[in-house]
Amino acid sequence: MRRNVLRHNLLTALLLGPATAWLVVFLVLPFVAIAVFSVGERAPEGGYQAAFTLTQYANLPARATAFWNTMVLAPAGALACLLVAYPVAYYLALRAPERWRLILLALVVIPFWTSLLMRTYAWMYVLGGRGIPALLAYVGFDDVRLINTPGAVLLGIVYGYLPLMILPIYVSLERLDRRLLEASADLGATPISTFLGVTLRLSLPGVMTGFSLVMILLLGEYLIPTLLGGGKVFFIGNALVDLFLQSRNWPFGSAIAITLVLVSVVVLLVANRISTRLSGARRVDLI
Amino acid sequence: MSKSYRDGLPINPEKFVDHLMRLKRGSIGRREFLGLTGLGVATAVMARELGIMPSPAFAQEGLGDRMSIATWPNYHDPATFENFKAETGVAVEVNVFGSNEEMLAKLQAGASGWSLFVPTNYTISTYKKLDIIETLDMAKLANFDGSQQDPRFTGEGTIDGATYAVPKNWGTTGFAVNTKKLTKPITSWKEFWDTAMADGDGRTMVHDYQLTTIGNALKYYGFSFNSLKQDELAKAEELLLKVKPHLFAVSSDYQPSMRAGDAWMTMCWTNDGAQLHRDIPEIAYVLGKEGGEIWTDFYAIPKDAPNKPAGYALLNYLMDPKVAVKEHLANGAPSTDARVNALLPKEVLDNPILYPAAELLTPLEFGAAATLTDPARAELMARFKSA
Repeated sequence: MRRNVLRHNLLTALLLGPATAWLVVFLVLPFVAIAVFSVGERAPEGGYQAAFTLTQYANLPARATAFWNTMVLAPAGALACLLVAYPVAYYLALRAPERWRLILLALVVIPFWTSLLMRTYAWMYVLGGRGIPALLAYVGFDDVRLINTPGAVLLGIVYGYLPLMILPIYVSLERLDRRLLEASADLGATPISTFLGVTLRLSLPGVMTGFSLVMILLLGEYLIPTLLGGGKVFFIGNALVDLFLQSRNWPFGSAIAITLVLVSVVVLLVANRISTRLSGARRVDLI
Repeated sequence: MSKSYRDGLPINPEKFVDHLMRLKRGSIGRREFLGLTGLGVATAVMARELGIMPSPAFAQEGLGDRMSIATWPNYHDPATFENFKAETGVAVEVNVFGSNEEMLAKLQAGASGWSLFVPTNYTISTYKKLDIIETLDMAKLANFDGSQQDPRFTGEGTIDGATYAVPKNWGTTGFAVNTKKLTKPITSWKEFWDTAMADGDGRTMVHDYQLTTIGNALKYYGFSFNSLKQDELAKAEELLLKVKPHLFAVSSDYQPSMRAGDAWMTMCWTNDGAQLHRDIPEIAYVLGKEGGEIWTDFYAIPKDAPNKPAGYALLNYLMDPKVAVKEHLANGAPSTDARVNALLPKEVLDNPILYPAAELLTPLEFGAAATLTDPARAELMARFKSA
């Protein structure tokens, strides 16, 4: 009996070992290093100099605009993603013919196999002067500018993160018990109130998963605003890149990174809370 | 990124199709087709990179088979590295950067992996202070001849009698204007910034680089390009924040946007100005009459270079005037080496973009070392970008 328990523990340790080691080396240790840097000072030529001070944290308001831009962009981008993704997921899960479903799903996922950088560069050419504006000039609209506009950034974000939003919503809709929809119709609900009262409600966990996934990634986004926004819109991700790669102020960069991680955790917790409440309170079991 | 994607291709598309049709008609064999189109070589290279075919042994011992260089965009003749590889067997990986700060950041963090890099004059003293660049062993650089160098441009490579860097070329920082879109002549930094808020609204680019963007904003008021004075920087910041909403982009990679016609005016370095003007004659290169930056880019070797022998070998190769002249023809920046100038065609030496009139050069300033590490300028740049 005792030996069994021991063997069981050993097995657990063996199974969890690699993942734990991985996380310790590539997540926990760097995080500790960043935390240590964040209470240090910038060396005169840049970099890190050992110290114990909270000045870096006191200096956070110097990047208030960047934080603010991020706090607006992340939910707005996630919302735009959601508005585009929901109809697609709905069609895939409830309307698409069975034999096409797998192919359509694959089409959603396949672009994800190419690096986001490549796909964003492709958009630079599509939106740039030799792309759509050249076509527009051909039909008489001269000097239209699409690249480096907020619209271009939004487009890039929706395009880049769409699969991450579609998939969780699809999964929650796909598991939806169709008999609930019939019941709702039998009881006299219009299609719209069935959608709002049953379908949408039951897919909310998927919506929340997709929403928080996209939003967390957007909190650290810097590539799309740089490439499609012309580096004019400054997010916290851009602030971090500049602090490490331009002004070489590692301690201040670290303090911002720590703050960003904390904010992300809070966002995740709140999203989780909302989604449990929404789905928990409305759980309907037929059996 | 620059020029046409066709430049440097082993074969042009028309010829390729021609050969392909001949292959289909059967008038040439498949093997001949692969040879004629360069596809055979490409396949062999791929196979070697993927480790399918072993790399052949090379004549030069001790150089290894690869090295890495950190440099600027559109800065070399790609054939230079191909020829170097053919001669020595060392493949050169090229890393491209947008600012000296970024190069310094990578070297400070360690393990950059570069065996040669291209810092600008005003950064060398900082590299030396941080003890991260090699004191060059001039015995290994037989092709370098200090007596042939123009002393105006080379001083900062030598500190306390020891040589840490040797010059590649010099240049200026002005602006490029698409004169078809902006027809009013623009001759000063004051006009540059004013135009950015008027006719050039939404079509103007500035560098993502504190030295030049802040420096040229300082020139609007006639202050020094290198100023660290608080009140002068405050004025520059005021201007930058006012211009910000009118800009097309804050980016040091301006050639694609200028070529595509998205941007009509941009801060610009000599070499990019020469390349743009060469390909699109209506793009003019202008030096602000108030002054601005003059610079020299150097070659240096990091202390932690993984392949120092190859770094020295490539540097020595690049110092060969016959090689250097091709580099200058490709990148369009003027040389510091009299031996190279002697080989350059007359129309290059007469090109006012490369060799501006003396009265335009006089007010220009070399970047100052202090700007590289000054926190006030870094924070100003962050405020400008986040505004």
